[in-house]
Amino acid sequence: MPERAARERAADFDEVALGYTEEQARAEAMRCLQCKNATCIPGCPVNIDIKSFIGHIIDGDYAAGVAVLKERNALPAVCGRVCPQEEQCEIACVLAKKGEPVAIGRLERWLGDFDLACELEKRCVPEVAPASGFRCAVVGSGPAGLACAGELARLGHSVTVFESLHAPGGVLTYGIPEFRLPKAIVESEILMLTEMGVEIVTDAVIGATYTIDELMAEEGFDAVFVGSGAGLPIFMGVPGENLNGVYSANEFLTRVNLMRAYEFPHADTPVARGRKVAVVGGGNVAMDAARTALRLGAEEVFLVYRRTEDEMPARREEVHHAREEGVEFKMLCSPSEIVGKDGFVTGLVATRMELGEPDASGRRAPVCVLGSEFEIECDTVIMAVGTRANPLLAKAAPDLELSSRGYILADDDGATSLPGVFAGGDIVTGAATVIQAMGAGKISARAMDRYLRERR
Amino acid sequence: MFEVVHKRQLSDAVFEMGVAAPRIARKVAAGQFLMLRVDEDGERIPLTFSDWSAEEGWVRFIFMRVGKSTHKLSHLEVGDAVADVVGPLGVPTHTEDLGRVAVVGGGVGAAVAYPVARAMAEAGAEVTVILGARNAELLILADEFAALPLAELIVMTDDGSAGEKGLVTAPLKRLAESGSIDHAMAIGPAIMMKFCAETTRAFRVPTTVSLNPIMVDGTGMCGACRVSVAGETRFGCVDGPDFDGHAVDFEELMSRQRVYAEEEREADAEYSRGCACHL
Ligand SMILES: Cc1cc2nc3c(=O)[nH]c(=O)nc-3n(C[C@H](O)[C@H](O)[C@H](O)COP(=O)(O)OP(=O)(O)OC[C@H]3O[C@@H](n4cnc5c(N)ncnc54)[C@H](O)[C@@H]3O)c2cc1C
Ligand SMILES: Cc1cc2nc3c(=O)[nH]c(=O)nc-3n(C[C@H](O)[C@H](O)[C@H](O)COP(=O)(O)OP(=O)(O)OC[C@H]3O[C@@H](n4cnc5c(N)ncnc54)[C@H](O)[C@@H]3O)c2cc1C
Ligand code: SF4
Ligand code: SF4
Ligand code: FES
Repeated sequence: MPERAARERAADFDEVALGYTEEQARAEAMRCLQCKNATCIPGCPVNIDIKSFIGHIIDGDYAAGVAVLKERNALPAVCGRVCPQEEQCEIACVLAKKGEPVAIGRLERWLGDFDLACELEKRCVPEVAPASGFRCAVVGSGPAGLACAGELARLGHSVTVFESLHAPGGVLTYGIPEFRLPKAIVESEILMLTEMGVEIVTDAVIGATYTIDELMAEEGFDAVFVGSGAGLPIFMGVPGENLNGVYSANEFLTRVNLMRAYEFPHADTPVARGRKVAVVGGGNVAMDAARTALRLGAEEVFLVYRRTEDEMPARREEVHHAREEGVEFKMLCSPSEIVGKDGFVTGLVATRMELGEPDASGRRAPVCVLGSEFEIECDTVIMAVGTRANPLLAKAAPDLELSSRGYILADDDGATSLPGVFAGGDIVTGAATVIQAMGAGKISARAMDRYLRERR
Repeated sequence: MFEVVHKRQLSDAVFEMGVAAPRIARKVAAGQFLMLRVDEDGERIPLTFSDWSAEEGWVRFIFMRVGKSTHKLSHLEVGDAVADVVGPLGVPTHTEDLGRVAVVGGGVGAAVAYPVARAMAEAGAEVTVILGARNAELLILADEFAALPLAELIVMTDDGSAGEKGLVTAPLKRLAESGSIDHAMAIGPAIMMKFCAETTRAFRVPTTVSLNPIMVDGTGMCGACRVSVAGETRFGCVDGPDFDGHAVDFEELMSRQRVYAEEEREADAEYSRGCACHL
């Protein structure tokens, strides 16, 4: 797939990957063997009928291809961009054994974009069942909430989504940067849901503006889905962590994406434009933060990770992009202190690590090398070491059963300990992926539908 | 959009504003705050509820014009609208079973102190309010406080142009020393809260402060608002804004409040150049 040159793209926030042309898409689609036993399909967490949508590209019936995607996935232009395809559908493709699976994600993206480029009337709006008379509330407008809302609407229920921020989309809007997922795409995918009759209420914090009880007892909702995400950033607890210039990745990315700090002072929210930036972590979030810092004008960006590149949980593609753009990798080291002057960061002290015996996760656990501390000069430190469950909602719904780590306990259908209340996405599983959150939202929607119809 | 339904100028730089927000008005308790975004380019700023009416569906806040966001806000008139209002956020101030309490409101902190003192008095506490301002012109809400059922209202100004001349810590010390208070609450600039907490520490009077760290989302998602309390990092927006004044690291708070000083000056200077009010 064509990409913009590293030097050019690292200077702005425009999308890195340019997407296929029609010819390229068709040529790639032709590589698909249309297998009798399409092993790619079970590789997708929501079981998109991959063989069939690719078949429609080959036949040139793109609208039919879009319809196949939307059967299972309300946001194809998003998933085609951010899914870890190489671990899901593509690794399961028969051609993967030969080293070159069909580029399923890129084809999905191309079809998704084809649909978005159509005029609204021509876009594929899934068929909506006759009105059931039931009202459902969805808490949170991230991928889990949006997928649940879309499916509930399709099943004929009236749906209201409550979002605490001023814009819907969850991590798609505030976390994943523009250069990887343009916000205009998220907005038009969401527009599709509102076309289906889904109402989105922003500025509504469930637990503060309404409790879950009130939604059901006073506001007349028959069932509630909670998809509030894993929002609370983790800090490492090392000295100096509250110095000016130390950010959580959530704060840094929110300032830039949601609040458009890169347009400061035209947009009112500032962000530190670090000259030398250290990002701590090795996941997608760390890559996004590092690449964002580069685009804000940093001269040097270091990625500090305590294991090696092989253990990094980030997608290969993102690691590759980050390196190409000039992010410097400092592997096998872990922060032990952040130092500063007059309240502002001047450096990060790190300790070298060695890989020891495999731990519970099967990865070799890093151990400190005594006396190996060294200092990295920097004026900004971004912590991308994970998130925890936000306690806000749970505090307001004390009967909701939680795991010992504060995540909502839900069964395979998303049912929680409260009748009529379902949950899914990161608030149940801990930080995962967009498509897994969407899958959970959709499964819950079906379970909610059964719950409602049985009650009638 | 949230319609502005009330506006009143309290002093040169301090304004009282009300917006229609029926859903929020039903839920507010004293000490809680809202996040407000003036317009589509606006930043999210926290402001404390100063008053509200569930029946009439409005909430009010009092703000001081200090930078671009509050400058823009000060230009709105009744009938205009702000893009976003979110709330009520934060843990409500503890107002029950306080016995004899001194509430100190410094500068625009008086706006936050007002609903707090009112709620404490309603809950049966014997409330002494100490209001502090640089001069009489900057003193706000004195009449409103005077109308509350208080044990005493003490006014302090730096230059003696209203009430007594001196700092709020002087009467606070008097009250703490004489054993006339069981609890103190200080709301205002960080430096004032710090000195109030120092004053009461010697007399072991439990002291609550209402912290004002920089915030972004106000819901626990970003950590911008982190403060150190008893050596632990806490999030001002969801764990606070009220904390034990004797355990707060005020130096860190004050340092963190200044992180964007340069950018803030730049933004307001740029805005003021194109702004008709020339303030
Ligand atoms: C920077 C970053 C990059 C990522 N990159 C990828 C990637 O490339 N590929 C991938 O598959 N995954 C990626 N992920 C992970 C993926 O984004 C998440 O797993 C997914 O978004 C989870 O969806 P969700 O709907 O459960 O939660 P979220 O997306 O977190 O959405 C939750 C929503 O609920 C709202 N909310 C929270 N509490 C309340 C409340 N009390 N009331 C009302 N609303 C509330 C929040 O404001 C938010 O909008 C990334 C994550 C981050 C942070
Ligand atoms: C819980 C809480 C309650 C508050 N209640 C009130 C109130 O009732 N009345 C009132 O006048 N002020 C209140 N403040 C302070 C108010 O939020 C700031 O004055 C306002 O954000 C300044 O924005 P600005 O753009 O006009 O000024 P800027 O030029 O941006 O900043 C001026 C100063 O305000 C502070 N500040 C800036 N941005 C933020 C932000 N996003 N969050 C918090 N502080 C910031 C900084 O310390 C800065 O030095 C409260 C703050 C908090 C945290
Ligand atoms: S949704 Fe993701 S996993 Fe499923 S087919 Fe599309 S790219 Fe592959
Ligand atoms: S497994 Fe690969 S080749 Fe076979 S149908 Fe799926 S995408 Fe096509
Ligand atoms: S303001 Fe973001 S966590 Fe408190």
